[in-house]
Amino acid sequence: MAEATDKQSRASTPLIVVDNLKTHFKVPAGDVKAVDGVSFELELGKTLGIVGESGSGKSVLSRSVMGLNVASNVQVTGSVKYNGRELIGLRTKEIKKLWGVEMAMVFQDPMTSLNPVVKVGRQMTEHVRKHLGLNKKEARTLAVDLLRSVHIPEPDKRFENYPHQMSGGMRQRVCIAIALACGPEVLFADEPTTALDVTVQHQILNLLAEQQRERNMTMIMVTHDLGVVAGRADEIAVMYAGKIVEKASAKGLFANMRHPYTQALLRSIPKTSQAKHSRLQAISGRPPDLINPPAGCKFAPRCPYAQEQCHEEEPELNEVGTSGHRYACHIPVGSNASDEAFAKNLEAELPQALAYAGRIAAVEDLSVLGLSN
Amino acid sequence: MAGSGTAHLRETAEVLLQVEGLVVEFPAPGGESVKAVSGISFDIARGETLGLVGESGCGKSTTGRAILQLPPPTGGRVQLESVDLTTLAPDNLRARRTDMQMIFQDPISSLNPRRAIGEIVAEPLAVWGPEGKDEQWAIVSSMLEAVGVDPASARYKHPHEFSGGQCQRISIARALVMQPQLIICDEPVSALDVSVQAQILNLLEDLKVQYGLTLLFIAHDLAVVKNISDRVGVMYLGKLCETSESDELYARPAHPYTALLLESVPEPDPTIEIDETVVEMGELPSPLDPPSGCRFRTRCLYAQDRCAEEEPQMRKISEEHYVACHFPLIDVPGQ
Repeated sequence: MAEATDKQSRASTPLIVVDNLKTHFKVPAGDVKAVDGVSFELELGKTLGIVGESGSGKSVLSRSVMGLNVASNVQVTGSVKYNGRELIGLRTKEIKKLWGVEMAMVFQDPMTSLNPVVKVGRQMTEHVRKHLGLNKKEARTLAVDLLRSVHIPEPDKRFENYPHQMSGGMRQRVCIAIALACGPEVLFADEPTTALDVTVQHQILNLLAEQQRERNMTMIMVTHDLGVVAGRADEIAVMYAGKIVEKASAKGLFANMRHPYTQALLRSIPKTSQAKHSRLQAISGRPPDLINPPAGCKFAPRCPYAQEQCHEEEPELNEVGTSGHRYACHIPVGSNASDEAFAKNLEAELPQALAYAGRIAAVEDLSVLGLSN
Repeated sequence: MAGSGTAHLRETAEVLLQVEGLVVEFPAPGGESVKAVSGISFDIARGETLGLVGESGCGKSTTGRAILQLPPPTGGRVQLESVDLTTLAPDNLRARRTDMQMIFQDPISSLNPRRAIGEIVAEPLAVWGPEGKDEQWAIVSSMLEAVGVDPASARYKHPHEFSGGQCQRISIARALVMQPQLIICDEPVSALDVSVQAQILNLLEDLKVQYGLTLLFIAHDLAVVKNISDRVGVMYLGKLCETSESDELYARPAHPYTALLLESVPEPDPTIEIDETVVEMGELPSPLDPPSGCRFRTRCLYAQDRCAEEEPQMRKISEEHYVACHFPLIDVPGQ
C-alpha cells in the first residue's frame, strides 16, 4: 500500500526531466553534434515516442538519458533528472546501480544483443542474481516466470536454449524478459521491432503495451516509423538533426501538424489506405552534416516553406496554446504565413517547393535540381 | 495458403514473363532439402508492376533470383517472351540476361567499393554495349542524369562518397544502361530512410513510364508494395496464397494470411483502434519439413481437417483476384 500511494504522489511530478541535453562526439573532423540541446519531461506510466530518421540523434538521446554513452570521445552536458536525482556527471559505478533496476533497455537487433554462446537462461539470471541477490534456484524460477509472462511456450525448455535455437521474434521476447527482470521503472525500447516481420512486430508491440500496463512502467520508444508510435504512445517527439522539432500528444500531433518536417515525414510514407500509384510527397535533399550544421533552422535547406528568417535565426521549441503542443518553427504549417511562404517559394522556383508541389521529382542532391531547372 | 495451381495465369500476348510451377530446393545436411519455393506460378504483363510480398523466409527473394537463373530453379518453367530460360544453353542464357536486370536491397554493398561510379555503371556496356568509351559514357551520363545524380561530379567518385539513397540511384542507373525489359527489384527501399524511400519509389514510377519497364517488386512492407504495384502476390513458406489487383487485395483480402498481414501493419493514424491481444507464438514451420496440405494451417484461425489433407488450389474470385484457400474470407463464385 505504501508503495502505491508513493507512486500516486509521484505521478503528478515528472519522473524524468531532461534539460538542454547535448551529446557531442569528438572526431578528427570536429564535433558531431548528435544531440544538440534537447529538453523534455516524462510522467510516470506514460509512453514517449521519439521519431526521426537515421542520424537524427534519437538513439543517442535515449542512450544519453540512460548514461550508456561512456566512450572517451563523448561529451555529455546538460541535465537529466531521474526522480529528482541528477544523472549527468554521476560516475559509471553509480549509474550502473540504476541499470536494470530503475532503467532498462530493449535494443533493436535481437540477433546480436544476446550472447550466442551462452544459454538464454543464464543470460536472464545473471543480472537478477547480482541486482536482486537471489540464489540460483530462485533466479531460475523468476526467469521461467518471466519467459511465461512474455508468452513464450514451454518456458522450462526454452530456458535451456541457445539464442540460435530461437526465431527473431522469440529472441526479442527474451530480450524484453531480460529488461523486465529487475522490475525497472523506465523501459527504453530502441527500435524494438525494426528487425522483425510485420506480424511479429504487432505481437511484440502488444506485449510491450501489456507489460507496461501491468507494471505501470514509463516507456520511451525510439523508432523511425510514425506508424509504430501513432496508436501506442501518449506523446510523440519528432527529432531532426539532434533537436526536437515538434512534440505533442499523439492525437494532437496527427490532428494538427505544425512543423514542416513532421508534415513532410508523414506525407512521404506510403499508406495501405491510399490507392495504388499514389504519388508520394518526397522531401528533397538529405539531412545536414552534424559537424557543421547550417545556421538557422536545420531543416530550412530542405523546407518548402523556408524564408530568409529561417536561414538566419534558429527557432526555439515553444509551447503554443495550453495543450502542451510545442514546435520549433518560424512559419508553422497550417497558417496564412505558411501558405504565403509556399506560394512565394513556388514563384521563385525554389527546387524543394517545386518538388513538394509535385512539379519536379525530388532528389537528394539539390544541385541537380538546380541544374535541371 | 499455400496453394498451387495455375488458374490465375493469363493467356494474352502482352505477358512478358510467365513463371509456371517454379520449385527451388537447396540441399541440407542429412539428405534433407530446404523447400524454399514449392511450385509457384505467376505472370507479369508488359509494362506492369507485380509486387511480391511476404515475411522473411517465404521465398520471395529466391523466386526473384530463380527467374534470373541465379541459381537455376530445381523445377518449373520461366518464360520470358515465350522463351523458356530454364532450357537455354549457357551462351544463349547469358545473352538473354541483358533483358533482365536486378536492383538489390543494400545499395552500398551492391556497388564495388574500389571502382569509380563511371566504371560501375559502364560495366554492362563494356560487355554488351558500343565499343567506344565516349559512346559508352554518353549512355552512362544520360542514365545518371535520369536517376538524379550529377554525371560530371559522380564519374570519378567512389561509392563511399555517396549516401545510401544516392547509391541506390546509381544501382538503378546500372540496371538501366542495358535497356532491359524486366527489372527485378529485391527490397530496393527497405534499407533507406522514409524521406529517401519516397524519392526512390517516385523515381521508379517515373522511369517505368519513361523506359517502358516491367517490374517485379519484392518487398516485405505492405504499404510500399501497394504504392508501386499494379498487382500483388502474397507468399507464405514457398507458396503463393493470393494474387490480385492491388486496390482490391488491400480492400478485400480473401486469404486469412493476407488478412493477418494487413491487420498487423502499423498505420500512422492514432485514431485507428489497435487490437492489443497478445497471443502465444509458436515457431514458423520449418521449410525443411513444411506442413501437409495448406502450409498456413498451423497458424490459421480458420483451419479445419481438410486443410491438413488437401492442398488448396488457386480459385477465381473475380477477373483479377485469385485465392488458394479452402475457406476464403470472400465467397468464391460458383462454388
